[in-house]
Amino acid sequence: MSDLQAGGGHGAVPVTGVPARGSAEESRRDWPLWEVFVRAKRGLNHVHVGSLHAPDAAMALRNARDLYTRRQEGVSLWVVPAASITASSPDEKDSFFDPAGDKIYRHPTFYDIPEGVEHL
Amino acid sequence: MAVTGPDNSALVGYVLSLGDDSLVAAQRLAEWIAASPQLEEDVAVGNIALDLLGQARSLLTYAGSLEDPPRTEDDLAYFRDERDFRSVHLVERANGDFGVTMARLLFLSSYHYELYARLQRSADETLAAIAAKAVKEVDYHRDHATMWVLRLGDGTELSHARMQAAVDAEWPYVEELFGNEHLDPALVESGVAVDPAELRGPWREYVAGVLAEATLTLPDVPPAVTGGRRGVHDEQMGYLLAEMQHLARSHPGATW
Amino acid sequence: MYGNDFTAPDEGSREPAEDRLAEFERLLETEGRVEPRDVMPDGYRKTLIRQIAQHAHSEIIGMQPEGNWISRAPSLRRKAILMAKVQDEAGHGLYLYAAAETLGADRGELLDMLHSGRQKYSSIFNYPTLTWADMGAIGWLVDGAAIVNQVPLCRCSYGPYARAMVRVCKEESFHQRQGFEILHTLSHGTEAQKAMAQDAVDRWWWPSLMMFGPTDDASPNSAQSMAWGIKRFSNDELRQRFVDMTVPQAEVLGLTLPDPDLRWNEERGSYDFGEIDFTELFEVIKGNGPCNKQRLAHRVRAHEDGAWVREAADAYAAKQARRTSEVA
Repeated sequence: MSDLQAGGGHGAVPVTGVPARGSAEESRRDWPLWEVFVRAKRGLNHVHVGSLHAPDAAMALRNARDLYTRRQEGVSLWVVPAASITASSPDEKDSFFDPAGDKIYRHPTFYDIPEGVEHL
Repeated sequence: MAVTGPDNSALVGYVLSLGDDSLVAAQRLAEWIAASPQLEEDVAVGNIALDLLGQARSLLTYAGSLEDPPRTEDDLAYFRDERDFRSVHLVERANGDFGVTMARLLFLSSYHYELYARLQRSADETLAAIAAKAVKEVDYHRDHATMWVLRLGDGTELSHARMQAAVDAEWPYVEELFGNEHLDPALVESGVAVDPAELRGPWREYVAGVLAEATLTLPDVPPAVTGGRRGVHDEQMGYLLAEMQHLARSHPGATW
Repeated sequence: MYGNDFTAPDEGSREPAEDRLAEFERLLETEGRVEPRDVMPDGYRKTLIRQIAQHAHSEIIGMQPEGNWISRAPSLRRKAILMAKVQDEAGHGLYLYAAAETLGADRGELLDMLHSGRQKYSSIFNYPTLTWADMGAIGWLVDGAAIVNQVPLCRCSYGPYARAMVRVCKEESFHQRQGFEILHTLSHGTEAQKAMAQDAVDRWWWPSLMMFGPTDDASPNSAQSMAWGIKRFSNDELRQRFVDMTVPQAEVLGLTLPDPDLRWNEERGSYDFGEIDFTELFEVIKGNGPCNKQRLAHRVRAHEDGAWVREAADAYAAKQARRTSEVA
């Protein structure tokens, strides 16, 4: 008998002999993918919470409301077509982010302040 | 001001008619959960059905509290017979395709919106409070139904035909929403109830606008002969109640 | 999820060069999180797609056995709770499909795999829900077992999966409680209600234990998943944890668990339980369970009946886009 893994949350499912992917030609594209951002309460930034499929922006916004704010998680929503997001690549990680590492003088803790000086 | 006195039956009947519409509509709509055209829509119809069920619970609880002896929401939902239900035929008939459900939802939510927008100013404080909460919910229902009627009406050739057929099929059941024969005129005069007849105009204006934008034709068909407000229902109502009530009735007096 | 922040599908099948996997190995060693565009072994990617997709399928199919009782819930309060729960399951399926899509899969493709039977879902949902008490037993036992499985997944090495699981677990906690509450009410109700509750527990207990999969010695793929930080505990460890958690709760319910060998083992500090007969589980997985055909047919019918609606929405969106560009 093929192996079963319970790791998949709702209980044991077969893993051996189960393909991960279909062939490209039989894949019927779903509605476009949208990224969802929720403002949890006034005064906070919108934060990425996940994604969903919708045929257009108006429906995406409504689906986001139904899916991501069922438990009063938000007061404002953004939806963005996933294809419109440009992301930095992990390959560029070193050149993008490492050079900031030695500029410690940008942080207030870099500076020595004599004892007793307040409001600084 | 609540209508009190020796006989509350007019008010009870009015509140029951509102509650039964929502209860039966929720029961039908919930049939779409795990059966809708898209997973996102399963979640959306679930939200709408939950809103309607919540309204029904508030309204039935209120109606039951006015009776002597009082009855609970479950007494009223599970232990009344078909002839005692006051819901309209629009909400009780068996489901058709998704277009039919969206046509019904557009018609019902547009009526609900006009109704609750006015009822939140009811002289009856409890009704006013229930309406004030409900009007925000049905505003969203109307928006959701509008979105879909536009997309199905102005989508593909096939969807246009199916949406037009759905609108045509449901249209005869709209008029019953605006009937007021069941309503004691004193309730309207005292500012407790909203006269359904006065909702017809604004309802038609909104719905006609949506249908036009959806490239659909306003049907020109006579209203169906109905009698939901008098407890004269479609034959399918009996099956709906049999399914909904059988477990509770099999264990009278039990707590769940 | 994450816009272009995932690998294009055709990139997915190539095994990255050995030297490019150093960062991946470092992340696993330091309990860091692997994110969508990171270089990862092809096996890791495939294992995750398969696992997350089948997890999502389980959520979606799992709506049916409980959806079966929405129309018959015995009180309006119970009806509302059940509706909200089934709706949550649709939501969980959506979070999970989205997580699988960050690995380059497409949801339409994954649904096709479910509909054609090439990918599976949890066998527990191939059992019928015969009485109202089954809503209690599913919440208490099936969701209880699922939570034991899912909590460690919140620390899964793959970021999007772990984050989806955090959300799922947060929402899931009400599911188990409402199930327990249903059974508690029934077991303290009339004789008929109590019998209904006991019958449901009798039927769901063993299938719930089987949800954790075969014993460790019969689960050869577990080691790799553990090494990759996808799986954190073995099948048997999780099963034991579930049993230890559940037995005292059964006592509060006043219901018995249908296992004569179930007893506290002072030495191990755990409950011993009887041997699980996996023959039935394997039969159910092969497709011979009571509801396999029905569940899949229902799902396929919903999908096919909805095709005209999805296509209409696409057509409308295309028309609107054309109209907008003509105006501009």
